[in-house]
Amino acid sequence: MADFPTPFALTRRSLLAGVASSAMIGAAAAAVRVDVTQGNFQPMPIALPDFVAAAQDNELGRNVTAVITANLQRSGMFAPISQAAYVEKIANIDTMPKFPDWRVINAQALVTGRMTRQPDGRLRAEFRLWDVFAGQQLTGQQYFTTPDNWRRIAHIISDAIYERLTGEKGYFDSRIVFVDETGPKDRRVKRLALMDQDGAGIRYLTRGDDLVLTPRFNPSTQEVTYMAYGQGDPRVFLLNIETNQREIVGNFPGMTFSPRFSPDGQRVIMSLERGGNSNLFVMDLRSKATTRLTDTPAIDTAPSYSPDGARICFESDRGGSQQIYVMPANGGTAQRITFGDGARYSTPVWSPRGDYIAFTRQARGNFGIGVIRPDGSGERVLADGFHNEGPTFSPNGRVIMFFRDQGQGPSLYTVDITGRNELKVPTPSFASDPAWSPLLS
Amino acid sequence: MMNMEKFARGLRFAAVVAFALGAAACATQQPGEQANAANVAAPGSEQDFVVNVGDRVFFETDSTELTPQARATLDKQAQWLTQYNRYSFTMEGHADERGTREYNIALGARRSQVARDYLASRGVNPQRMRTISYGKERPVAVCNDISCWSQNRRAVTVLNASS
Repeated sequence: MADFPTPFALTRRSLLAGVASSAMIGAAAAAVRVDVTQGNFQPMPIALPDFVAAAQDNELGRNVTAVITANLQRSGMFAPISQAAYVEKIANIDTMPKFPDWRVINAQALVTGRMTRQPDGRLRAEFRLWDVFAGQQLTGQQYFTTPDNWRRIAHIISDAIYERLTGEKGYFDSRIVFVDETGPKDRRVKRLALMDQDGAGIRYLTRGDDLVLTPRFNPSTQEVTYMAYGQGDPRVFLLNIETNQREIVGNFPGMTFSPRFSPDGQRVIMSLERGGNSNLFVMDLRSKATTRLTDTPAIDTAPSYSPDGARICFESDRGGSQQIYVMPANGGTAQRITFGDGARYSTPVWSPRGDYIAFTRQARGNFGIGVIRPDGSGERVLADGFHNEGPTFSPNGRVIMFFRDQGQGPSLYTVDITGRNELKVPTPSFASDPAWSPLLS
Repeated sequence: MMNMEKFARGLRFAAVVAFALGAAACATQQPGEQANAANVAAPGSEQDFVVNVGDRVFFETDSTELTPQARATLDKQAQWLTQYNRYSFTMEGHADERGTREYNIALGARRSQVARDYLASRGVNPQRMRTISYGKERPVAVCNDISCWSQNRRAVTVLNASS
């Protein structure tokens, strides 16, 4: 409890004893890997038989396997093979699989697992990842937790598989905070909602009495910052998603909006509107000291820090139309980085791995989602049409989530930063303004 | 003559009664009462302001400049607000949906500020005015074409009911 704010106790141990030595793991590393950089990309065929379990936990085993399979499938990096095609039935994960049975269905990787109930009621979840062609175990782990945490176990195992086979950190054990929207367009009720990255476990953080917008995760704690209307001026708030405690950020003489945390979670950067002008301010959450970062008669908004905290990207219409600028985190000279032909750029967000800034791009009546390097090079549009908006990066910087409203109401979508694999994210009602959490573990 | 006077007084009384009924009907928002409203709104009432003066002005796409029509409406508002100076009010700024959320909040703020400043320049005491922006979050028209968008790009003068 003390070291993790959710009621979740997890212990992890390597599962190497038994069938494979660590030397073999090293040798196998080059044998099976998804090349995530290649242009003509082929997802890796992978087999995921149901986790072995005693009769009482059969369903749990199936559910864990299904969540892992769905995660890997949705990532676009893997092509899970239908269980109906499997030749070997996995009954014991401590013995070597019959690799020819998996080769014959063209599986390159195989995941076997087991769920065991402990005497104290906790669950032990084990998995092994196999290189089918080399006939070797690539990795193996076991985890202990309470049975109601089975989804998180499935996400953590998904991340371990993803990382071992792609060489990049995973993003499955993470959550999304977003604006849940219900009711007709002219009387929309907006609530803050929280869910797992795959859409499961939805929870509402506000009741819908007040208009709430632009929630953003703290990169290091279970906190969200957002804008809310209530009495008086609209304000930026902090909300602890575990305790539901809420506080106003600062005491500014005007409307504050468009907040975002610094990478260390210690500061909130936001826009303050006074007399029609919107400028950027940052507030230290401990000392409550506020610093003005811009001083223009323009609209400066949507600030986002680089992962090292040294720079800020934001949008401004100081040059006549909305464009993206980059400046030092303590203010100073801002460099414009977007120059698209007649296009306007907004809602910039810096990737957690630093390589890209994602944006919304308006041109010829369309609203696209794209990425650009922080120096202004390498611009690519990943999704276009009417009306896409509000990108957020997965914790590994590989996937972008955004919202799309074609007139009926907004929905959430994901797309790979290569532009491949656009998918709708399931939500109970309309949804907008997604913000991806960091990895939970 | 006496009879005529009595009749006229009676007529005036009847008119007052009719007005009261009309106002009551409007207050409960009976459909079809809109046409009557202009005739029956009590001078100085919120209804009078909305119906006979006009509570909103409209903007061009992505613009915060007041059109001649908007100025004319605000001139009438300033006159009315000076006459009925018991009201405090909120100037709401709104944007259409063809902009990103954060920008539209700022754009709505600019529109409310421009309208507020104009009223102040026409002699309305700034102490009576508060501004707020709803960005694109409170559309009044909900189709997806130009006719709707132009109605949503607006600044609305909302009288404080308790004032």
